[in-house]
Amino acid sequence: VNALAYVVAVWLLLAGLYGVVTSRHLVHLVLCLSVAQSSTYVLLLAIGYRGGGRAPVFSDLPAGTPVVDPVVQALTLTDIVVQATVTAVLLALTVQAAKRFGSVDPDDLGALRG
Amino acid sequence: MTSAALALLVPVLGGCGLAAASPLVSSRRAGAPAIAVGVATLALCAVVLGGTDGRVVAWFGGWHPRGGAAIGVAFAIDPLGGALAVFVAALGVTALVLAARLIVVEDLLFDALVLVFLAAMVGFAFSGDLFDQFVFLELMAIAGVVLVGYEVGQRAPLEGSLTFGVTMAIGSILLLFGIGLVYGRTGALNLAQIGRELDRGPLDLLVVMAFALIAAGMLVKAAIVPFHLWTADAYAVAPTPICILLAGAFAELGLYGLFRIYWTAFAGVMGGEEEVLRAVLVGAGALSAVLGAVMCLAQHHLKRLLAFATIAQVGLFLMGLGLLSVAGVAGVALWAAGDGLVKAALFACVAAVQHRWDSTDERELHGRGRSLWPLGIVFAACALVIASSPPSGSFLGRALVEDAALAAPGYAWVPAVLAGVNAIVAGALLRVAARVFAGWGRPARRDARAGGADEDTTAERDQPDRGAATLWLPAAVLALIAILGGLTPGLADAAARAAGAFVDTHAYAAAVLDGARATIPDASAPGPTATALLYAAGSTAGAFAIAAAALRGAALPRPVHRSVEWLRAMHDGRPGSYAAWTVAGTAVMAAVLTIGLR
Repeated sequence: VNALAYVVAVWLLLAGLYGVVTSRHLVHLVLCLSVAQSSTYVLLLAIGYRGGGRAPVFSDLPAGTPVVDPVVQALTLTDIVVQATVTAVLLALTVQAAKRFGSVDPDDLGALRG
Repeated sequence: MTSAALALLVPVLGGCGLAAASPLVSSRRAGAPAIAVGVATLALCAVVLGGTDGRVVAWFGGWHPRGGAAIGVAFAIDPLGGALAVFVAALGVTALVLAARLIVVEDLLFDALVLVFLAAMVGFAFSGDLFDQFVFLELMAIAGVVLVGYEVGQRAPLEGSLTFGVTMAIGSILLLFGIGLVYGRTGALNLAQIGRELDRGPLDLLVVMAFALIAAGMLVKAAIVPFHLWTADAYAVAPTPICILLAGAFAELGLYGLFRIYWTAFAGVMGGEEEVLRAVLVGAGALSAVLGAVMCLAQHHLKRLLAFATIAQVGLFLMGLGLLSVAGVAGVALWAAGDGLVKAALFACVAAVQHRWDSTDERELHGRGRSLWPLGIVFAACALVIASSPPSGSFLGRALVEDAALAAPGYAWVPAVLAGVNAIVAGALLRVAARVFAGWGRPARRDARAGGADEDTTAERDQPDRGAATLWLPAAVLALIAILGGLTPGLADAAARAAGAFVDTHAYAAAVLDGARATIPDASAPGPTATALLYAAGSTAGAFAIAAAALRGAALPRPVHRSVEWLRAMHDGRPGSYAAWTVAGTAVMAAVLTIGLR
């Protein structure tokens, strides 16, 4: 199971980045970015996973019970918050682009070049 | 220790307070509260720096390490990190002062964001924890995206902010992937503990990939070719005070982060294969420097020109740091400080010009700056500091980097590249000074391909003439500090001492994990030699020659011209292509490191 999780993480990263590179719509682009971001969640959780481990809440577990790594869960949670902010900001910019210029195609960008 | 925590808390809380008060305030009162918070932050950073006789290690919540394993997260501040925080805070105050003069907005949100940006940069400089560094970088990037796109009602800022945001996001994904790999191997996030754990294991594919991904994430921030594409767009559209922070602090922090992580976490395990890493880093730096310099010469949009100047300079800094020696680090520390001040002064000059004539185009401004001639003198003086003419701090720094290059076998070509790139960039700046502030020479030609990047921000033109004097004064002061820095006795020695502590992997780990309280030994830097003076004379003369040739209307040599056209096409302003270049750069770097190190 573990090896598959790493394969999934790498696959999500590559698929997401491919989507960003080839995107023709800004919303699609931001969502592809989210896909690539979710690869890091899978990676982190896979790293902390222990076969047969319980959730790391010790209030009703006897000491010495195998649990999954709580640190990576904290990291993932932080990461989700951070990436949600990024997504929100980028989507807000997309909304502005649609409102003011009536286009959400990245190929229409290019007021800045050279 | 308390002051270190306060240096982060004060700007964060100040920013939150301003944001909360924003709806209650009817009009913005010249930014005084934000400037006060900025000055308080600066003072706290100075107190922290004053206290770093050894290293300051602060464990939050009192979670001290047990048996060499870090439980909590820590600030681990050495003299270099402390000095960087002071420098960043000083630039932040400068940016806030300029913003109070230049940017007319109805609310306090702009100031609040600048303070959050500042807090993130200070936290990044202090942090001794890999994941904390990531969080601070993200905070910087998000605040940066919003600040760059502050004039979101216009097309260019919107696009610049979008490409900036997408590139930053991809950089952070790569960085976090690398951090995940490191955690999987070591089970640690504290830099010192990672270093010890990695040192026990082999240098295998996982370690190399982790380093490559982390390096790519940091180099995106540092604007190293080919991760640099967002830079020119972001600088061209950002409000000028933000440009000061981006050019003087943001890029340098990317390099600081990379080498902080290298020297604390990876130096042990990669130490045996230093040669390969040195070649990769110096090579990437040289590529960046040359490309930045050539593009800088080809620009006529003043802010884009300064953006490419920054790319060139950061490339030079990467070459210096990439030599992986104490002298290299010390030299770059001095050089980057002088360069950041001068860059701030240059942006202030451009801001004054833009403020007055509502343009940042060299062609339109030709000769119009005559009435602002003091500004022209400041601008030209800054150009000479960029050329690393003595007695500026940049000259001392570059001399140390030259020594470091000559000490490393096979890198004797480095000083020539440093001098050449400095000459080209300074030549472009002198050309601008002569054309805009004196009206000399032929007007610039039209850029064939450049699009509508000249669209200017409305907020910066609303105050007719109120600020010309208040703008050239800070610029002059900044330039003067940069020049006098080279004459300050003991500065080079202090830099050498800080650099010695920065590269001392074992002492860092002992201080952080074992609570060792060793003082940092004093060090002395050799004074600049005759060779250094010769190189400085060369780059200064080269700068004048290039400026003179450009003023006479000399065209670029044909092959150079063609490659410039190709390079311009590469900067096409589309997030997709920027993402593609970033991914390709990462892949190439990972491949080269994998082949070289295994």
